[in-house]
Amino acid sequence: MTARIGVVTFPGSLDDRDALRAARLAGAEPVALWHGDHDLRGVDAVVLPGGFSYGDYLRAGAIASFAPIMVEVIAAARAGLPVLGICNGFQVLCEAGLLPGALIRNAGLHFVCRDQRLRVEAADTAWTSEYSAGAEIVVPVKNGEGRYVADEATLDALEATGRVAFRYVGGNPNGALRDIAGIRNDAGNVVGLMPHPEHAIDPLTGPSADGLGMFVSVLKSFAAA
Amino acid sequence: MTEQPYAELGLKDDEYERICAILGRQPSDTELAMYSVMWSEHCSYKSSKVHLRQFGEKAPETDVLLVGIGENAGVVDVGDGLAVTFKVESHNHPSYVEPYQGAATGVGGIVRDILTMGARPIAVMDSLRFGDIDHPDSRRLVGGVVAGVGGYGNCLGLPNIGGEVVFDPSYAGNPLVNALCLGVMRHEEIQLARAEGVGNKVVLLGAKTGRDGIGGVSVLASATFDDAGGPSKRPSVQVGDPFTEKVVIECCLELFVRGLVTGIQDLGGAGLSCATSETASHGGSGMSVDLDLVPLREPSMSPVEVITSESQERMLAIVRPGDVDEVLGLCASWGVLATVIGEVTDTGRLHVRWHGETVVDVPPASLADEGPIYERPYARPADQDALQADSADALARPQTGAELADTLLRLVGSPNLASRRWVTEQYDRYVLGGTVLAMPHDSGVVRLVDDSDRGVALALDGNGRYARLDPYAGAQLALAEAYRNVSTSGARPLAVTNCLNFGSPEDPEVMWQFAEATRGLADGCRELGVPVTGGNVSFYNQTGATAIHPTPVVGVLGVLDDVNRRVPSGFARAGDVVMLLGETAAEFGGSEWAWVEHGHLGGLPPRPRLADERRLSNVLQEAAGEELLSCAHDVSDGGLGQTLVEAALVNDIGVTVTLDGGPFVALFSESAARAIVTCADADVDRLLEIAAGHDLAVTRLGRTGGAALDVTDEFELPLQRLRDAHEATLPRHLA
Repeated sequence: MTARIGVVTFPGSLDDRDALRAARLAGAEPVALWHGDHDLRGVDAVVLPGGFSYGDYLRAGAIASFAPIMVEVIAAARAGLPVLGICNGFQVLCEAGLLPGALIRNAGLHFVCRDQRLRVEAADTAWTSEYSAGAEIVVPVKNGEGRYVADEATLDALEATGRVAFRYVGGNPNGALRDIAGIRNDAGNVVGLMPHPEHAIDPLTGPSADGLGMFVSVLKSFAAA
Repeated sequence: MTEQPYAELGLKDDEYERICAILGRQPSDTELAMYSVMWSEHCSYKSSKVHLRQFGEKAPETDVLLVGIGENAGVVDVGDGLAVTFKVESHNHPSYVEPYQGAATGVGGIVRDILTMGARPIAVMDSLRFGDIDHPDSRRLVGGVVAGVGGYGNCLGLPNIGGEVVFDPSYAGNPLVNALCLGVMRHEEIQLARAEGVGNKVVLLGAKTGRDGIGGVSVLASATFDDAGGPSKRPSVQVGDPFTEKVVIECCLELFVRGLVTGIQDLGGAGLSCATSETASHGGSGMSVDLDLVPLREPSMSPVEVITSESQERMLAIVRPGDVDEVLGLCASWGVLATVIGEVTDTGRLHVRWHGETVVDVPPASLADEGPIYERPYARPADQDALQADSADALARPQTGAELADTLLRLVGSPNLASRRWVTEQYDRYVLGGTVLAMPHDSGVVRLVDDSDRGVALALDGNGRYARLDPYAGAQLALAEAYRNVSTSGARPLAVTNCLNFGSPEDPEVMWQFAEATRGLADGCRELGVPVTGGNVSFYNQTGATAIHPTPVVGVLGVLDDVNRRVPSGFARAGDVVMLLGETAAEFGGSEWAWVEHGHLGGLPPRPRLADERRLSNVLQEAAGEELLSCAHDVSDGGLGQTLVEAALVNDIGVTVTLDGGPFVALFSESAARAIVTCADADVDRLLEIAAGHDLAVTRLGRTGGAALDVTDEFELPLQRLRDAHEATLPRHLA
């Protein structure tokens, strides 16, 4: 049976259709999920997409983290459901307490959109098994509030336990502490990153097809289970 | 008769008398306010209409136009049952007063125009002009405008795929902010702004109405700035909320798909005055509206304020009575406020009530379609002959290889030729996943829908200096450049939109520039076989008696049957043969070289060569269709030197060229109808054959490779040095 990857649309989500397309291209059945429902429709994995949910009002991701569907996402994530948060989705995961730290305004104060080199630091998560640890990939980064911050103890703990999933290389676009582009939870089922793998699934429309690996990884994790 | 403040509202004596004659009485305060905004230059095109007619009269034969001039935007058939709509519009005056909000709402407004046609907006572009880059106000204006364009477009989820940024002292105090939006739909999904069907309900949806943007089209956009004019006009600038617009877009698209609206109109300039009178007039109906039902941000607003407010993110939908509940329910599910505020009637009158009293009772066409039309006097500017006689031919030219190299370095780092990365990095180019080419490529290319390889290419160009020297030729050169930029991608040019930015139409010399530019553009469109589908005129871009350079900005749309065959503008690999298509003459009037090296503006601009442009376009399309080209890049501002540097820096691939004849003319002339192309050795003969078939000149320049721009016998410049010069300028002045 084809695995089902759900993508949540909040009011103001922008890259939801892109994430659905990436899921389809990776071989999954894409499933649109609605912020106002208490229903994950039986999906095998969830993507929280990029965008400006609720206009980024209050703080980026803050209001979305209280949406009805997030009650289900949070419970399922704690029970092991693979969840990927991209950009605004990463911000939602941090606001929801599924990942530590926060994303704040870029150091340069401007929105930045560029093709970004990343190093895959953790290849043992549900979303990164297709890569080898240390591999470099190129995917777009585009955000105004993408600077990852946390207190020193949290950062040290992330490093010590291998929970830094992606790091910026060849230039840090937003001043993120320790060049952190993405992190994972202990169990490895929840991953959040600022860059956009769903925009790097076809060299025709992106800088590479390097991002597709994240969607393929999660499919393989089902096959292996 | 009681005295009425019509002059303060921007109406002339005879216009006021005409209103009284139409109504057979003095207008009410609310009626007077509505006429003042609807008869403003911005809304009524009263000074431009007699000239704009040429776009229709001279339009080339075409079978691609599904909706032509006159609607919110033209609609073009691109094949496979798909249609696209596109339009460029100005938001110049608000952007000077309040750069961030002015630019943001400029994007928001043009996006709603596209949505109104029934299309899903899929991309934006912007054409920006400012005073000198080191003018004390430039950092505020450029920073604010770029952040506003990005802030709104990024938050709406629309990729920004190109445009232009130009600096020239003529725009100090009068920056130009022209925004373009592209939308896609299936043929059967086209919507029109008509209020038809007696008893149908008028539904206002989107944001609440507030006190922002009152008089935006009249006292702000249709008047010249005086010395103190900026900050005091801030209340006439609208304030944008892209989040609301995003949900309004998704909500409206769902209303369209479910067939729940019979007519739709956006609220932009002149707000409810425009939306109600235009839909009623175009539907040949009447309409009654109760202003007490309009949701307000501020309950103390007067009827004049409610009906002229330009609050953003609002749409007016005409809905059958039986569908109202479903419409309101769907809007609620998107969190979009929707309110029935009136209905379509058979009275032929626009009837507006407030607090139980009639405050407006007028024929809607008298507001929307029967405003004044002026045949403004025009006269060739007194200095035009002297300006054209002041040729660039006598200017000192670089002689040695070292001088040529230094000149090129200064040019590629000059404000108008330097890398736009500082600007374009602030725009999301990837969202929606359809962007095939964007900056710094010649045109933006997007795939239209996921299940087809069909795409469109768009370019937006203008050159105020050329137009100052010769507005007729300048308009054609803007058209030619956009046409060429679409062609280098391999696309077939189909249609045109334009934004005509000028000074005051009450100045005969400005009016001459306008008349010449529109005549040139209409003639050019006929010769190139691409019809104008719509556009916008922005007058009064002047402070005191000083007008901007006449600046027609032209957008050309082309179609690519298969986006996989698009041709990028950067060298793709080492070892390719580099060729120049077209012919170079010594043409330096209005050139970047003359401006950067000598501060000179005079003589005649390059000669428009429209027949050659067509040949060049055909060769590029044919060669791209056969997948012969690894790169194609147009030659325009700055000349061949700039073109080679830009192509080399995209992928860091150098080039060695040999220039026959004088290297100075070869490198810096801005002759039109030229492009460089690269291809593999094996494909050269076929390319030459295609060019010969179209009678187009081809010059073999050299070969790609290495890490430098090497001009044989003249100079060699490392790419890193060129990159440093090219990329440092904008951040140094603006960051």
